[in-house]
Amino acid sequence: MTDYKNLKLIATSNPHIRSNETTRSIMLDVIVAMLPALLWAVIWFGMKALTLTAVSVIGCIFWEWLYRKLMKKPQSVGDLSAVVTGMLLAFVCPVTTPYWMILIGGFFSIIVVKQLFGGIGKNFVNPALAGRAFLLGSYAGVMTTWIDAAANKAPLMGAAADIVTAATPLAYMKTGDMEGLKSVYSVADMFLGKTGGSLGEVSAALLLLGGVYLIWRKVINWQTPVAYIATVAVLSFLFPKSGSGLDWMLYSIFGGGLMLGAFFMATDYATSPVTKKGQLIFGIGCGLFTVLIRYFGSYNEGVCYSIMVMNLCVALIDKYTKPTRFGVVKSDKKEAAAK
Amino acid sequence: MAQAFFGGVHPHDMKAATNEKAIEQLAPPAEVVIPMSMHFGAPCTPLVKAGDPVKVGQKIGEFRGLGAPIHASVSGKVKAVEPRPYSMGGNMMSVVIENDFQDTLSEEVVAPADPDALSVDEMVELVKNAGIVGMGGATFPTHVKISGGIGKVDHVLINGAECEPYITGDHRTMLERPEEIIGGCRYLAKMFGVDKVIIGVEDNKQNGIDAMNKVIAETNAPVVVEPLRCRYPQGGEKQLCQAITGKQVPPGGLPSNIGCAVFNINTTCAIYRAITKGMPVVSKIVTVSGSGVMEPKNIECPIGTPVSLLFDACGGLKDGTYKIIAGGPMMGMAQYTVDVPVGKGTGAMLAFCGKEEQTVEHPQCIRCGKCVAACPVHLEPLFMYQYAEKGMVDELNEAHVMDCMECGACAYVCPARMHLTQMFKTGKQLVKNKAAADKAAAEAKKAKEAKEEKEAVNK
Repeated sequence: MTDYKNLKLIATSNPHIRSNETTRSIMLDVIVAMLPALLWAVIWFGMKALTLTAVSVIGCIFWEWLYRKLMKKPQSVGDLSAVVTGMLLAFVCPVTTPYWMILIGGFFSIIVVKQLFGGIGKNFVNPALAGRAFLLGSYAGVMTTWIDAAANKAPLMGAAADIVTAATPLAYMKTGDMEGLKSVYSVADMFLGKTGGSLGEVSAALLLLGGVYLIWRKVINWQTPVAYIATVAVLSFLFPKSGSGLDWMLYSIFGGGLMLGAFFMATDYATSPVTKKGQLIFGIGCGLFTVLIRYFGSYNEGVCYSIMVMNLCVALIDKYTKPTRFGVVKSDKKEAAAK
Repeated sequence: MAQAFFGGVHPHDMKAATNEKAIEQLAPPAEVVIPMSMHFGAPCTPLVKAGDPVKVGQKIGEFRGLGAPIHASVSGKVKAVEPRPYSMGGNMMSVVIENDFQDTLSEEVVAPADPDALSVDEMVELVKNAGIVGMGGATFPTHVKISGGIGKVDHVLINGAECEPYITGDHRTMLERPEEIIGGCRYLAKMFGVDKVIIGVEDNKQNGIDAMNKVIAETNAPVVVEPLRCRYPQGGEKQLCQAITGKQVPPGGLPSNIGCAVFNINTTCAIYRAITKGMPVVSKIVTVSGSGVMEPKNIECPIGTPVSLLFDACGGLKDGTYKIIAGGPMMGMAQYTVDVPVGKGTGAMLAFCGKEEQTVEHPQCIRCGKCVAACPVHLEPLFMYQYAEKGMVDELNEAHVMDCMECGACAYVCPARMHLTQMFKTGKQLVKNKAAADKAAAEAKKAKEAKEEKEAVNK
């Protein structure tokens, strides 16, 4: 029979079982969800899309590893969050971005935005978007050069000086040139991703696919992306700059980084509210700022800055969307307020 | 089907290991160790001393204030009255009885001549003398719940949710002793003066529901079985009230505040036995299961049976067993020794040797908010954790840490493997300490002021 005296027992607090989901498995799901869009980028822009993403990922992993090593903190590379940041950073840069530049972007994302504030879960703006904003501020020319992928693919190495470029759909929309836009890109082109733009943002269809996968896997809640996209859709339908409301709406939601932002950026755990109600408000705010920047700002695209602005509102949203604790019914609350 | 509460989690129920195994009677143990605290409230005072002969059902511990008496579970001789380890941690004054294997019933156990003719007060007295407590694990004295609820309660609910994984004792009771459950319900309806008793059962126990419905139909009992959605912690008293009546118990309140009284399935059986036979609580159905157990079983054993005997009856433990839990895996208490005895609230003994315990070395919150969605009390565990970690007691109190029922749903679902429940236990203590310190400081100030006033008057 069992030797009960020599059992080595652990006595810890309940619960004694845990769900199988881990930080790592969640990050892995996000990576899987981004793969279709990455595949399209390779087909559409050429192999450079893959090599740039790989360099960005390796860079982010390296910065994370280096910081934790130098600061003598427990190593956190294994949670794969640096891989996600690296992929997202590459996704929001033009495919013609030089490799060294994306490494600098990774440095800013991982070390300045993420690690200096305490690592995963502690950053207050989205690291990948902050990295893009930093690069856009520092190298505006390169960051707004959009290759005409239908005419030529991105060269693997070397300068992108002699490539043929094209205006992005959002550039047409900025000036309200709906006729010009329609003659260049059809709605189907916009949906499938046969347009100019950042590496991973062009294919609305495949990003949508990835987003639905994340919702199905319960990695993200539907509240943020649906509220975000719906807000942009409603506002652009009601207030088209030119052409019909429907056309304007379709080009608005399929154009630019809206799908990428709504499903992969605005849903970042660390920089979005924790309650579903808060996530709904957060999504609406993102949509509002996106439309305002696209209409009235000096940039063509508003997704990056709108999400970063809303990131800063998260603490406020969390404060005012606390769930009502169990047992407190609405009439009680009114009574308490009356007192 | 009754709508479940907001929040909660859905762990794998793991009940397949034992839910088709009939309740077995354990071979009588040579010795039982009966701790004097098996209820919510102060420990009992032992009524016997070493050398005394005792019989089954004889009262050996008397309660003071809130509590329930304790009875001998076997006949024989008292070997010692001394502190022994027990399942709530640490040592507790216990009566150790050497079994004479005669099973002589005590003269104190007297069946009422006509149970159906008893008055409400007489029935409550029988429940009190039988030492019945909440058998689901909370061990709140049942007679207090009944006498305190009479007149206030219009919903009598029987808790058959059994939402903790692994545990199947209540399920087997539904299948094997449905007439005891329904009989107990009849007496409860009579005591509370209600015309209907509702049994809430999670819908993963369909055959249990059918078995009880059959008895209800045959005996025309005033009982309704309500299937519930599978969701942990459906069997939490307040969650069950919400699922069945739609009403929420106010913070810090009891189910009687909203006119509900909740009894566990096996508590109901105990009430039935007490009223019909005068039999006190001397045995307990324990589910012995988990990856570390050779052959999981449902076992009925005398109260005070050493846990090691239960594991022996199940073929022993596997090599590498690293955790033994009294109770379910979500809320049960990890044991540091197998020398603890089975108490009135011990519904399961689990042994783990697999990967149930999934800890990481440096957990870091990723703010995913899954804990907020899982909390059945609608709190925000991630913020409470930060406050507790930093010792921010006022913020912790304002985040309503004292409402936390330590169900473990947040920690179960946490992908970062944060030690949430553990931290809230610490946090609650911090709040209590602060409240006590504040009170002491206020009293000291008051005393000082009174003294100064007195001196001023004297001058």
